[in-house]
This record gives sequence, C-alpha cells and structure tokens, in this order.
Amino acid sequence: MAENQYIYAVARIRCREQRLLNASFLEQLVTAPDAEACMRLLGEKGWDGGGPEDSDGMLAQEQKRTWDLMRELVQDMSVFDVFLYENDYHNLKAAIKECKSPNAFSNIYLSQGTVPVERIRQAVQENRLEDLPERMREPAREARQALLHTGDGQLCDMILDRAALEAVRQAGEASGNEFLKLYGELTVAAADIKMAVRASRTGKNRAFLDTALVECRTLNRDSLARAALDSEEAVAAYLEKTDYQDGAQELRESPSAFERWCDNLLIRRIRPQLRNPFGIGPLAAYILARDNEIKSVRIILAGKRNRLPEEAIRERVRETYV
Amino acid sequence: MNIGVALALLGAVLAALFAGIGSAIGVGLAGEAAAGVVTEEPSSFSKVLLLQLLPGTQGIYGLLIGFVTLTQIGVMGGSSDISIIKGALYLAACLPMAFVGYKSAISQGKASVASIGLVAKRPDQFGKAMIFPAMVETYAILALLISILAIFGIGGMAV
Repeated sequence: MAENQYIYAVARIRCREQRLLNASFLEQLVTAPDAEACMRLLGEKGWDGGGPEDSDGMLAQEQKRTWDLMRELVQDMSVFDVFLYENDYHNLKAAIKECKSPNAFSNIYLSQGTVPVERIRQAVQENRLEDLPERMREPAREARQALLHTGDGQLCDMILDRAALEAVRQAGEASGNEFLKLYGELTVAAADIKMAVRASRTGKNRAFLDTALVECRTLNRDSLARAALDSEEAVAAYLEKTDYQDGAQELRESPSAFERWCDNLLIRRIRPQLRNPFGIGPLAAYILARDNEIKSVRIILAGKRNRLPEEAIRERVRETYV
Repeated sequence: MNIGVALALLGAVLAALFAGIGSAIGVGLAGEAAAGVVTEEPSSFSKVLLLQLLPGTQGIYGLLIGFVTLTQIGVMGGSSDISIIKGALYLAACLPMAFVGYKSAISQGKASVASIGLVAKRPDQFGKAMIFPAMVETYAILALLISILAIFGIGGMAV
C-alpha cells in the first residue's frame, strides 16, 4: 500500500504547515518601514540563518531546511527530482553561456539540482556532452550550436527552457503519482499560456511559437499558437474553452493581473493537498509552498531595498498555500 | 474426532484472528501518524494516543466472540459434544465479527490518521476529531451484536 508509506511524514508536515507564512504575515512585511524591519519580523518567525544583514544567506538557509527535512522524511528522494529539473537546465544554460564568455562566473549556478554543477560545467567546457544525463544531451548540443552559430542568446534559452518543461512533464507522467502529474502539467500549461500571451504582444511568428510551446494534455498546442498569432483577445477566447477559464478574465483585466494569475495557478491547484492525509502529495505540496513563500519574501525584501511603494510590492506578492 | 467442535472452534479462531489483524493494522497506521505529530508537538501526546487506540477495539470484540464461543462449545471445560450442524452454525455466527471487524478496524485506522492530522492543525477541535473515527465503530458494534446474539441463540437450539 504505497499510500500508507508516508503517514508519519505527512503527520509531521501537517504540524510544519502551521509554521508556513500566512497572508497576514506577508502583509505585515509589506507594510514594514524597511528591509531591516522585515528581517527582524522574519527573525521572530525563526528565519534567522545568515545573520541580520544577509538576506540571500537567510533565504538559502530556509531552502536548505526544507530539503533537509525531506531527506529526513523520505528515503528515496528521487520522487522529488521533478522539482529540480528546472534548476538542472538553468545550470546547463549558465554553463553554455559561461563557455562563450571570456570570464568565469561561479555565482550564476543553482546548487539544488539532480546533476552536480561541476559535472555540467565540465561536460560543457570539455565538450563531453555524453557525461550529461541522456535527456539533457540533445538539448545541450542544440542550444550550444544555436549560440555558437547565431550568437542568439534568446534562441539558446528557448531551446533549454523548452527541454526543461518537457523533462518536467515527462517526469510527472512517468511518476504515476497524480500530484506529480498535476505539477508537470500545470508547470507546462502556465509556461505555454504565458509564452503565447507574450508572443502575441510582441508579434512573434509561427516558427517561434512552434519552438517555444510545449505539448501538454490540457492545452492544444496548435490552437494556442493560432490564437497567439491572431491577438491577445483570441488567446483569452481560447483559454475560456480550456480548464483555465479564470485566466481569460485576468488577461482581459490587465497584464499584471494575468501575470499574477500565472504565478498563483500552481499554488491554487495544489491546495487540496492540505486535506489529504495519505501519499506523497502533501509532502510535495509543502516543498512547493515553501518555495513559494521564499519567492514572496525575496520579492518583498527586494522591493523594500529599492524603496518601491507598498502597492507595487503587494501586487507582486504571491498567494500563500495556507 | 468431533467435527462439530472443530467447525465451531474454527469460527472462534477466525473472529479473533481477523478482527485482531485488522486492529493491528489500524492501530499501526494511526501510530505512525501519532508519532509524526508528537515529533513536532510533544504536548499533543495524550490527544493523539486516544485517537490511535480507537481502531484497537475490534481486536477486543474478536477476542470476546472467540471466548464466548469457546465457553459455549465446552472447550474451556465441561462437555464438548455438539453436532456438525451446530458446529457449522457457530462458525457462521462468528463470521460477522471476523469480516466486519477486519475491514472496519483498517477503515477506522485511516479515519484516525486523518483525525490526527486534524488535531495537529487545530488542537482545539479534538472533540470533533474523535467523532469521525468513532462513527466507524458503529459497524463493528453491530457485527459484535449479531455474532453474540447468534452464538447465544444457537446454544439453546436442539439441533
């Protein structure tokens, strides 16, 4: 009975969910006078890694805490690989671009990934792409050629973003777990919808859309591409016929409302896991919820440091899981 | 060898066996969840312990049915001379407790796991959290009732 495998872990997560930052606490952060006050408030919540000045250190520490907890609760961590694939492809992107640049950068890599950063870096620098996992070899070759031959960084990014989304969706499908499948599907769908809207705003052509959009179950790639070529309104009209009708309304309202809807899509759809006592779903949802709150805190701190008005920060803060 | 006694004994054993296995699974599931909550919140121990124990009752009911049957058929002392038909009737009488006990204990264990999650989130809702797994108990009690009525009824029958 696989669903009974995680009963202990889910019970612990139920208690940890109580300590997630809620909407009213985020509002308190938004209304705080400056970044230092925010750090103080976060410190009271136990977010105290990295010292009072080092917000990046603190956020990295919080991320590490989430993964440390998961390592303690779950023996086979490979079930969560699907969340880390995007980091792998980010690192691959960074390695390819670093290769083309005369300088070496070390701070452009993300440490949380399924493939060690050094392995990706070496494989790209020494042109030994066969050292990479099979799913990454072809996109890496294609992206590197695109960058070397055309010098087009955007094309290189697009190839790897697409490969990352495909990897996430395939891993979700292959996991056989409903929650991970939903995660893969929603990640791809949100990226596709966002891409279609942006392409239609900037007047991109069909070839661009064919490269950028990724196949998924809940959206028809061809219809979405055709709508994007037509107009933003056509994209909204198409969305009304899909599972993402609420997105159409937001798209008609304003660009920022739509972007916010895309960001919140995943967190809204995973919320039923709060009431699920069995299986890996609540654990996976907790990882996403923690990620989400770390992103929100990063947005607030950056806003406070740059003295953005409260309203501008509030608009960018994501919905909370609890 | 008296086949009637063997059949009745089989019934008594099945009631104790299945209801006991079900309770062990149910209490085990709830125990895992309880341990999870106590790891994070040691002060919840007494609340989650009560919830963990709820699926344990079926095992006791199974024991009771087994014990009453053994007394009735004379295995515990006295005469143990019963007909094959009477033995088969005792066997049938024990089955509700065996099957309902097994299934209801596991289901109650799952309900307890969910309720332990509820207590972890809202400790003040402990009373309500107790009610959900306790509802499953109804069906174990109904099975106990029918098994016990049948066993005592068979005792007075002249077959």
